[in-house]
Amino acid sequence: MDELAIELKGIDKSFGLVHANKDINLKVRKGTIHGIIGENGAGKSTLMSILYGFYQADRGEILVDGRAIDIRDPNTAITAGIGMVHQHFMLVENFTVLENVMLGAEESWILNAGISRARAELKRLEKEYALDVNPDAVIEELPVGLQQRVEILKALYRRADILILDEPTGVLTPAEADHLFRILEQLKAQGKTIILITHKLREIMAITDEVSVMRRGEMVATRETAKTSVEELAELMVGRRVLLRVEKGEAHPGEVKLSVKNLTVRDSRGVTMVDDVSFDLHAGEIVGIAGVAGNGQSELLEAISGIRRAVSGKVHLGGEAIDVTGHADPAELRWRGLAHVPEDRHHVGLVLKFEESENAILGYHDDPKYRKGFVLDIDAIRADAEANIQKYDIRPPNARLKTANFSGGNQQKIVLAREMERDPDVLIIGQPTRGVDVGAIEFIHKRIIEMRDQGKAVLLVSVELDEIRALSDRILVMFAGRVVGERKPDASEGDLGLLMAGVEGPKEAAE
Amino acid sequence: MSTPYAKLPGWVEYGLIPLVNLVVAFAVAGLVVLLVGESPLEAAYHMVNGAFGRGEYIGFTLYYATTFIFTGLAVAVAFHAGLFNIGGEGQAYVAGIGVALACLWLDRFMPWYVVFPVAILGASLFGAAWAFLPGWFQAKRGSHIVITTIMFNFIAASLMNYMLNRVLKPLGSMSLETRTFEAGGQLPRLDWLMSIFGLSVGTAPFNVTFLLALAASFGVWVLIWRTKLGYEMRTMGHSPSAARYAGIKEARIIVITMMISGALAGMMALNPIMGETYRMQLDFVQGAGFVGIAVALMGRSHPAGIIPAAILFGVLYQGGAEIAFEMPSISRDMIVIIQGLVILFAGALEHMFRPAITRAVLAFSGRGRTQAAAKGA
Repeated sequence: MDELAIELKGIDKSFGLVHANKDINLKVRKGTIHGIIGENGAGKSTLMSILYGFYQADRGEILVDGRAIDIRDPNTAITAGIGMVHQHFMLVENFTVLENVMLGAEESWILNAGISRARAELKRLEKEYALDVNPDAVIEELPVGLQQRVEILKALYRRADILILDEPTGVLTPAEADHLFRILEQLKAQGKTIILITHKLREIMAITDEVSVMRRGEMVATRETAKTSVEELAELMVGRRVLLRVEKGEAHPGEVKLSVKNLTVRDSRGVTMVDDVSFDLHAGEIVGIAGVAGNGQSELLEAISGIRRAVSGKVHLGGEAIDVTGHADPAELRWRGLAHVPEDRHHVGLVLKFEESENAILGYHDDPKYRKGFVLDIDAIRADAEANIQKYDIRPPNARLKTANFSGGNQQKIVLAREMERDPDVLIIGQPTRGVDVGAIEFIHKRIIEMRDQGKAVLLVSVELDEIRALSDRILVMFAGRVVGERKPDASEGDLGLLMAGVEGPKEAAE
Repeated sequence: MSTPYAKLPGWVEYGLIPLVNLVVAFAVAGLVVLLVGESPLEAAYHMVNGAFGRGEYIGFTLYYATTFIFTGLAVAVAFHAGLFNIGGEGQAYVAGIGVALACLWLDRFMPWYVVFPVAILGASLFGAAWAFLPGWFQAKRGSHIVITTIMFNFIAASLMNYMLNRVLKPLGSMSLETRTFEAGGQLPRLDWLMSIFGLSVGTAPFNVTFLLALAASFGVWVLIWRTKLGYEMRTMGHSPSAARYAGIKEARIIVITMMISGALAGMMALNPIMGETYRMQLDFVQGAGFVGIAVALMGRSHPAGIIPAAILFGVLYQGGAEIAFEMPSISRDMIVIIQGLVILFAGALEHMFRPAITRAVLAFSGRGRTQAAAKGA
């Protein structure tokens, strides 16, 4: 099995002054699962986009099955037998599975003949690879796990022999992820070659045959998975030793700082997103909310922080009511000691076109200390921003740089510094480390634990189950808008996974 | 990786790219002139000479520029909050009532420096009021500001027709205008400013409103980049979701921004009414509200860009009039075509040459580096 499915020679790509891929060499053996890991911005996605024809390499050669090919667009890639499953699905939501699979491969301008051929072909593929999906189901009614299968079917329908999966498990429950891995094993057994892009080391260890590590646009190493370890890979990714486990002492919960009672939130279409949720959050503890993305966690955070109106329910902050169903005001809640690190730092937590220092006061721009008569006291703002840059090691240390030019990890630190340095009583954090590099994750986790140890009440939402388990003192699991269970952080992953999937497990005593 | 466009040095971003756009616009305009059988060079000569050839011409150029600075600032302020105020035309037109009322009331017994502040207030109030309604509809009802401000331009035109026909016209007069103001309603020309440069303003209506326009530009800069309100406006303009997160009251900002924008557009009315004709005439705005959109676009919504952009359009107006006068086969409509081309290339197609220029600049600086390295070795 030493035939190469893909060989990249000296791939080089720059976007303006950003050197995204530096002289990349990569060999992917036929019939294997090859992992590519690296931090955000390491150049993984760029490399795969070049392979799939979204971008053109400035230099270098792509060999598919030993033949050099000039991949100018995705169509060339598809003809060469390369398929791609994107992180964000490229499906037409109100089309059926069959229609989506056919889209772009209709064969003629009258659909009838194509439809029956596609149906037959789809049946064969489903049987061959154990990919059960109802061809007539409408996409928007399918759970994400199945939507992803449709993406895989799309690629196979186009006779892909090489399948690229970009962060495929980000939106899946642990059970769905396991199922995906079984499908991948099946595909491999049929002789397909799979390239798996991920930043989750555990997945790499679980399923790949070989793994290549990228760092800052360079391919730093390729290892046989069996002969490497999580620690080695993490070190290769970051370029230094990293602490993967969070050191954390016993929690000493105090009085109730935030109490949520029967909170119900609907979205703009009237769909109930948070359904009768109640819990208490104490000083000096971290409560983690686990769940697959889209099960109401975002709406819960938004309602508590006053961004979104709740339909009913009561929320008390330090014993005083928050008018969550009426005129809760995020600015006022900040002054009452509620800090909020939002899930989406790009659109909510930061204004990317602002200078760093301008973002350092977002939401706190009302503070009289930033005002000098009628105008803002720019010097005071910059001084504070620079203090935070020092304390949180934000790089580059330039308060006047545009926020968009900071890396994901540093952007997140800008938000964290802003929210943590105000000495809040309650800290609400959504996805603290999404799109953040491993080195920064370590720092952010430490800071969150420090906040707890200073007696702050921390409410944490994350889709990374590992993160929830590592940081939380208590775990609440949300499914379809409801809190379906409470667990201790040492609960097994299988147990939590069942809860996250909406299958009620046996009740464990939480306290 | 996430930025396909590299960050360019300032002189390229704010100097070279606008310049290339402008040169292309004039080149295409030259072709049009060629097409009607005239010499583009002669047209260019008349354009430049007409705009700068004499103190009087410069006075006219700056007189037009004054008008465009106000309407440009109006569009820019709204744009910073993510609002596209197309209603500058109507706001300026209605603001004329404020100016006219101040003058008609005070001109006989007050000097200009008393009437002027009152007129500024009147222009701002009427302009702001005319922008308030679209802003309020947007904030409370979600009616899109682009649609409503366009509608309000038409309503303003009808309203002003009525006002000049039935209310403000002196009895017995045949023309649709107010009476001519006495000395108190006439702004002084800026002869002294021109004479510093050894020029004479001649008959050009270059007046103190120009200084007000410069002050307003500075005021807008302070507002946008140095005040809490400006910070909130910019936050909303860049990211409404971040603004909501920060607790910024969207409805309030929309209404206030539109009123400031309307007030700025309204101040434009001072220039022709108190500075040139000394009376309010029908259609005195003459499209300046729409030119303001182009000026704001070219000036990147920054006062430091709006002033030169406004002067450029002043040149196009004044120099264009000169071309039409000197070259009879080129009509006024041709001048509108040239102005349109400038708007097209400098505004709408602003990014057309950017990739090529980026590549060229990078290749050049890259070569510079390797040469430097070679020298060092």
